[in-house]
Amino acid sequence: MRQLLLFISIIAVGILFLSRLFYLQVYNASVHNLFEDNAIRKVYDYPKRGFVYDRDGELLVANQPSYDVMVIPREVEPLDTLEFCSLLKIDKKKFIDTYKKAYRYSPRLPSVFVSHLSKEDYAVLQEKMRKFEGFYIQKRSLRHYQTTIGANVLGDIGEVNNAIINRDPYYRMGDLIGKQGVEASYEKTLRGVKGIKFIQKDRFNRNIGPYKNGEFDTIPEQGKDITITIDAQLQAYGELLMKNKRGGVIAIEPSTGEILAMIAAPTYDPNLLVGRQRSKNFTRLLRDTIAKPLFNRSIQGVYEPGSPFKLMNALIALEENVLNVTDKVTCYKGYKYGNSFMKCHCNYGARNDLITGIQKSCNAYFATAYRKILDNNGSATDGINAWSKHAKSFGLGKFLNNDLYVGQKGRIPDRDYYKRIYPKTFYSTYTISNAIGQGEVATTPIQLANMTAAIANRGHFFTPHIIKNIEGETLPEKFTKPKYTTISKQHFEPVIEGMLQVYKKGTAASLQVKDIDICGKTGTVENYAIIDSVKTQLTDHSIFVAFAPKDDPKIAIAVFVENGYWGSRFAGKVASLLIEKHIKGYITRTDLEEWLLKHSLENEYAKPYSGEPFKINGETSMQIVDEQEYYQLKKKLNQINKSQ
Amino acid sequence: MVRTTNRHFKFDWITIILFFLLVGFGWLNILSASHTGTDISYFDVSQPYGKQLIFILLTFGLIILLLAIDAKFYERFSSIIYIIAMISLVGLFIFGKNVNGATSWYAFGGMTLQPSEFAKTATALAVAKYLSDLNTNINSLKDQIQTFIIILIPAVLVLLQNDTGSTIVYMAFFFVLYREGLPKYYLTIGISIIILAVLSLKFGYIFSSIITAVFVVGYHFLSKKKLRIYQSIFIIIAAIAISFGVKFFYQSILKPHQQDRISLWLRLETDPDKLEKMKQTFAYNLNESEKAISSGGFTGRGFMEGTRTTGKFVPEQHTDYIFSTVGEEWGFLGSAFVVIVFVLLLLRILHLAEIQKSQFSRAYGYGVASIIFIHFLVNIGMVMGLIPTIGIPLPLFSYGGSGLWAFTILIFIFIKLDSNRINEW
Repeated sequence: MRQLLLFISIIAVGILFLSRLFYLQVYNASVHNLFEDNAIRKVYDYPKRGFVYDRDGELLVANQPSYDVMVIPREVEPLDTLEFCSLLKIDKKKFIDTYKKAYRYSPRLPSVFVSHLSKEDYAVLQEKMRKFEGFYIQKRSLRHYQTTIGANVLGDIGEVNNAIINRDPYYRMGDLIGKQGVEASYEKTLRGVKGIKFIQKDRFNRNIGPYKNGEFDTIPEQGKDITITIDAQLQAYGELLMKNKRGGVIAIEPSTGEILAMIAAPTYDPNLLVGRQRSKNFTRLLRDTIAKPLFNRSIQGVYEPGSPFKLMNALIALEENVLNVTDKVTCYKGYKYGNSFMKCHCNYGARNDLITGIQKSCNAYFATAYRKILDNNGSATDGINAWSKHAKSFGLGKFLNNDLYVGQKGRIPDRDYYKRIYPKTFYSTYTISNAIGQGEVATTPIQLANMTAAIANRGHFFTPHIIKNIEGETLPEKFTKPKYTTISKQHFEPVIEGMLQVYKKGTAASLQVKDIDICGKTGTVENYAIIDSVKTQLTDHSIFVAFAPKDDPKIAIAVFVENGYWGSRFAGKVASLLIEKHIKGYITRTDLEEWLLKHSLENEYAKPYSGEPFKINGETSMQIVDEQEYYQLKKKLNQINKSQ
Repeated sequence: MVRTTNRHFKFDWITIILFFLLVGFGWLNILSASHTGTDISYFDVSQPYGKQLIFILLTFGLIILLLAIDAKFYERFSSIIYIIAMISLVGLFIFGKNVNGATSWYAFGGMTLQPSEFAKTATALAVAKYLSDLNTNINSLKDQIQTFIIILIPAVLVLLQNDTGSTIVYMAFFFVLYREGLPKYYLTIGISIIILAVLSLKFGYIFSSIITAVFVVGYHFLSKKKLRIYQSIFIIIAAIAISFGVKFFYQSILKPHQQDRISLWLRLETDPDKLEKMKQTFAYNLNESEKAISSGGFTGRGFMEGTRTTGKFVPEQHTDYIFSTVGEEWGFLGSAFVVIVFVLLLLRILHLAEIQKSQFSRAYGYGVASIIFIHFLVNIGMVMGLIPTIGIPLPLFSYGGSGLWAFTILIFIFIKLDSNRINEW
């Protein structure tokens, strides 16, 4: 018995220790992860973000260094906050708030304490950084825009948020990511892959050396440079013309689908979203819910297309063989159907065939054509479905599935769409507004430009895209393979002839450009706003589509100018000038140019918010920009012309 | 077991193999815990691992010397060895060098010597000698007291030198005395006091008194041997007194840092903020060592691969906290291996002690096993957070020449005694 005491004690302690070891090392073992290991310092090496060039090789976006102060809350030791705050140019409250926020995010992982230090602040701070344990400086690369144009095209980069970090573990707090534009759609190409160094720390938080001799370290992979399809000259010129207007412009090269210009107005200087003022500026832009400068009207703005959609109806009527090119329709200053009447500005009793119908934009002609499409197809149900299918083959009513970060489907209705409103009976007259591109039809400027490109190509298009070239990569097939519409090639010629006549003697006769055969179509779209719960009509939108030259199209364009009144008043001028600029490289119609610079629609945009009754369309007078602004715009115009 | 009449093979090789297994594995861990940079020069005496390697090599000479000396020498000269050891402890008060608050070292040039390490061996010899004396009767109070005095002299001396850890080691002799016939009530009382102390600290003296009362009443009804009423009352009163005494001892005699350690051990502190603060101050070592052990997982991070070991996150890792290196780098497999080797070594020594013919050898063998056991229990228990922090090395494993040599002497004297047990004398 006496022999057993020590024996049992030894066995008992042995078992106790083994159990404790099992508990600590097997049952309760923390999964080993280098990123979670606080004995290992992770140092990121950020690669150079790829540059962005325009189609002519002009550098648009480069980089500049920036310095962030990072904090790892758990490693922070008591410090001289007064000195630290004055070095960082923040107050103590901000210090405490930021620290708490960082602690809430994670006591172990680094958070950004102060971002984007200036070089001067960095120089001073760097010397003293050793005194502040738990803080360190992370060098990053910020964008350096070489231009003030194309904010909506180029986009911007900003700090990742928690949602992104949770979704993609590549990103760590404080990393930068493309937020809009090509920065967002080509994020992975541009950013490269950051490198990481694992460094063994000791308990005093000093570096001892590379962990396992750098076995797990990775070398950063440089971001690739990209060339975009935008022509910076054309873009700059277009943005200038759209100054003091709202709307979107898209110019496409029909033979490739490359987007030559993508103009959203109003826009902003991309440099506003760089550096320490970024969040202030971004908030300001975001809060401008009236002008919406961050809203890319050229690809997100959904408008009723108006008369340019008549081209579509003409093509469908020909394809469905419900009209011949030479068939004439009589216009009684409008079109009577049932008890309703659709007005038209043709002379009473005018007889239009397809070409003059387009040329004069005759509502009666297209109402007839539309009804025939629907009614000659057996039933209006089959008719509208066939009609819808043809229109969708032009990329309308669906996403283009391209490389732009945002987009809208627009709307091309079919019978199913109308089931809610007309569950039982359905006649062609119910949807007659579609005949003239109003009613339920809606498109974005880019969709309309693409439709124009498809007409220019006589039946096919290339998905409009923004990427021209990525270092060492070929473009995906979806951008290089033509997509065919459901309209036979021969039906395009009469429609194109009609578009040519629009310029020769039709609604855009005043916009002719010497030596270029432009084919176009004007549009004037009624629009309404709800003001104090009352549906109120505003001045019509001015819309224009065009391509040129007729026989070897180099550019297809769609222009939307909000509240610009009739099509050739604003949109047509912009389109003609951009076409001339692109094809000739210089402008002969300087009269149009001057007219556009001089006229502003800001007063028109202010009306619905004025709280007072206002007049629209023909009853208004246009605002002329003041001398000083006009001088500034002229100066800019000279700069653009000079740099060419 | 190899046991021949051949002079060279009569030593117990199992113990010797286990001994070298621990020393060798210990050195690998010291190397890992103390090396800096990438180049390792094994005999660099400015580095702990280099020094320790030299100590280990010198151990061979020491072993040969110990085994060469006649077995009877140790018994015959045990009193003199004890007296020399006590003098060397007393001498510390005059010539001692203070390291980390304890005046436990003699300094000779660059070398230091810790006599308290050797005093344990001397005491083990002296206790064995006294108990094996034909005139000694452990059941008599007088002899009990004399034995206690032999043990208490070195225990008190090291306590005065602020070396609490070494003092606790002298509790090991309880196992020796008990084996050699110390009355059972010492064991009963000892265990009862420990349980009472823990209960009253953790749950308060009212709780511990009630538990005692319930226990006594239960015993009264269930056991055949009835306690007299006055006995029961005495036990309960004693229990209450002990509870109060423990509280008083804890609050008034213990130093604040000792209070904190016990408070942490018994989880008396529940405020998470204060716990967090503890982890950063006095419990830093413990917290880091537990984390290091935990991060080893089942198979460990690999030799010289532990980030916490390499980063020297655990202070004193090559000395008292060496086991955390094993935990991190060798994982559960390696740690369990060390625990099992220790258990085997202890059981082997215990077994050898039991088969000794002379009472001196048996008592000494018990002393050896008990001393190593207490070190093993307290050190690994502390590193894993099972026992309050007490500075005490892991035998044969921790860095330190004095410790290594003292344990070598302790063990090899016994091996020599054991090899001699078939000789008639």
